[in-house]
Amino acid sequence: MELSELWFVLIAVVFIGFFFLEGFDFGVGMATRFLARGQTERTVMVNTIGPFWDANEVWLLTGGGAIFAAFPHWYATMFSGYYIPLLAVLLCLIGRGVSFEFRRKVDNPKWTKIWDWVIFFGSLLPPFLLGVLFTSMLKGMPIQDDMNMRAGFTDFINVYSLWGGLTVTLLCFLHGLYFLSLKTVDDIRKRASQLAKKVIVAVLGALVVLVVLSYFMTDIFEVRLIPEIALVVLIVLAYGLSWYFNTKQREGLAFTMSGLGLAATISAIFVGLFPRVMISSISKAFDLTVYNASSGAYSLKIMTIVALTVLPFVLGYTIWSYYVFRKRVSEKEHLTY
Amino acid sequence: MDQVLLARIQFASTTIFHFFFVPLSIGLVFMVALMETMYVRKGNELYKKMAKFWGHLFLINFAVGVVTGIIQEFQFGMNWSDYSRFVGDVFGAPLAIEALLAFFMESTFIGLWIFGWERLSKKLHLACIWLVSIGTILSGFWILSANSFMQVPVGFEMNKGRAEMNDFFALITNGQLLVEFPHVLTGALCTGAFFVAGISAYNLLKKKHVEFYKASMKLAIVIGLIGSIGTALSGHTQAQYLVKTQPMKMAAAEGIWKDTPDPAPWSALAIIDTMKKENKFEIEIPYAMSFLAYSKFEGGLKGMETLQKEYSVKYDSVVGKGTNYIPPVKTTYWSFRLMIGFGVAMILLALVGAYLWRKNALDRSRLFLKLLLPAISFPFLANTFGWVMTEIGRQPWSVFGLMTTADAVSPNVSSGTILFSIIMYMLIFTILAGVMIYLLVREIKKGPEMKHHSNDKISTDPFNKVGA
Repeated sequence: MELSELWFVLIAVVFIGFFFLEGFDFGVGMATRFLARGQTERTVMVNTIGPFWDANEVWLLTGGGAIFAAFPHWYATMFSGYYIPLLAVLLCLIGRGVSFEFRRKVDNPKWTKIWDWVIFFGSLLPPFLLGVLFTSMLKGMPIQDDMNMRAGFTDFINVYSLWGGLTVTLLCFLHGLYFLSLKTVDDIRKRASQLAKKVIVAVLGALVVLVVLSYFMTDIFEVRLIPEIALVVLIVLAYGLSWYFNTKQREGLAFTMSGLGLAATISAIFVGLFPRVMISSISKAFDLTVYNASSGAYSLKIMTIVALTVLPFVLGYTIWSYYVFRKRVSEKEHLTY
Repeated sequence: MDQVLLARIQFASTTIFHFFFVPLSIGLVFMVALMETMYVRKGNELYKKMAKFWGHLFLINFAVGVVTGIIQEFQFGMNWSDYSRFVGDVFGAPLAIEALLAFFMESTFIGLWIFGWERLSKKLHLACIWLVSIGTILSGFWILSANSFMQVPVGFEMNKGRAEMNDFFALITNGQLLVEFPHVLTGALCTGAFFVAGISAYNLLKKKHVEFYKASMKLAIVIGLIGSIGTALSGHTQAQYLVKTQPMKMAAAEGIWKDTPDPAPWSALAIIDTMKKENKFEIEIPYAMSFLAYSKFEGGLKGMETLQKEYSVKYDSVVGKGTNYIPPVKTTYWSFRLMIGFGVAMILLALVGAYLWRKNALDRSRLFLKLLLPAISFPFLANTFGWVMTEIGRQPWSVFGLMTTADAVSPNVSSGTILFSIIMYMLIFTILAGVMIYLLVREIKKGPEMKHHSNDKISTDPFNKVGA
């Protein structure tokens, strides 16, 4: 395997990590409106992700940085091409990030209410926009022979990309509900689990439609038929099992399965892309691939050494922090955020 | 307006805004870590209160710093895609490493620190804040190694019109980095120190929590002294390095049009006429420029006119005939002087503080305490002017000698799009700045937690009344 291929895999892994982790805190953010009854419950919910959301977001930054370092052309084409959607993601993440810190710095329910709305929209829109971004990438964007993408409104927003955005949002919402049922007590815990039983129906429906749309709108089943079918089976299986475990009140397993489902979904996108990193809708000759968009061999070697040395430590202390805050969160204790 | 100008305005405004919070975070968390260390070692509750109170202020600032930092990582690709294609090979690596090595560490351990007061042992909790502090410093190292490459490109070779990394070690031992990193770091210590000093002074003037703020002030004086003197020394080294590596920037920063006599005088003040390429009125200090440039009282410097000719011979093949290599002189000249001015003021204040401390008169000299209030802004101003000088002084280059700023911009992004994003950022920055200042003032007025009940937070929780 060439190093540029390895880096494609590593970047996929980072985005899987991002959706697995930030996915649930986006979902919890959505649940602050769709599940919470009143401010006290919102406070409990926000505190379940309190110690984690910041580090979860770093996975996105690491993904961006890794694309920049390993595939400068991919980074340049994607970030300049998706200017407005990424601007919107940035504004959401900015608002959301400070809101966690600010929401209870003033003892006034009105103050908290404002920031809680920011948390809600800041958690709802980024998964939607990133879903739009990834699915439209899969469908192909107008990339010209100078590697630059000059896209119009319908390139970004069409049935396929909107459905992709909706699906990713639903996956994150479900993931967040499982996380809440795992991390809260009593009433919230029960209601999170009950709502998840309804949302999973929507998730499975959305996924089926997305698969059908992908068959018609993209070439992923042409270029990678067997792996894509295997992944679709895995996705359905994972969400089916999460449904089952949820009905049996095995919250940890339900959460794990929805995480697996998210991971398989992101994998399906990356497997469908490979070896392309950006698909040109104008001509196959203008595709950016892991071979023509990558950094030099030396740079990739250095990055590989650094990443493989540092990543185990990152995973180690990340797991430790989840272990430290393994207890369920309830309103009876002191809540920081 | 054209894209280049708009993209530059956006880069300048977002980085300057971001860099209000970065040095304060680096400096303040280091001081909070010291406070908690004193608490853990001596068991004195006063230090715990200090760590908590200043930690609160740090967190408000840190949150804004983190979120405004995300923009920076996206911005290179969004506005400067040709730059990213050209140097991504070299420049992307430090950014990715920064995320892997520093951002994960900062964000994970800050979570553990905020939420872990009751869940972790004292020593483990202390280790968390130190890891956050180390994380912020590492983050500075990696981003500055990327910036240093733009000032003094090393460790690369040109391949098919792109700069490709061929020596990672050269990149992280770049001479520019070795002078720039200490300068930024000591500047950050100043920022933390004068922030703590100013707020302590305000409260000492009001005679509130005297013991608490006196102890805070003492730490601030120590750090302020180290920071301000360290900034001057590292700045001096950096200037000497600049004379060797980017002589045009130095000549512009000193307003030197024609080659200086040997020994060279230092221009303290000048009225610069960039059209006629001369200084109309100038106050000069004899020998001083030679000393600044070479640490001895001899040696002349080349002027901008000579350098323009030299650069033309060297770089016209890269960027085309007739390029003007002289950066905006007035901006470079005045931002350099303002940075030095505020830096010197900080050294003087720190020295006076140390003197008053020895005389045991820290809370009695009202003039000194009053001076410390506006001095909160000094490091912020010095940091900003320093960066303005560094980045404006490098123009017309984005990467010195390799790529101009005009060639670096995204060709597929319209000026309307950039303008729209600038407006959005400015809108959100205004709100953030307003909210942050409001919250900081509130926290400062509230003061340190002086009650002795550990569960008093719960009884003041307003949501117990609202909810359930």
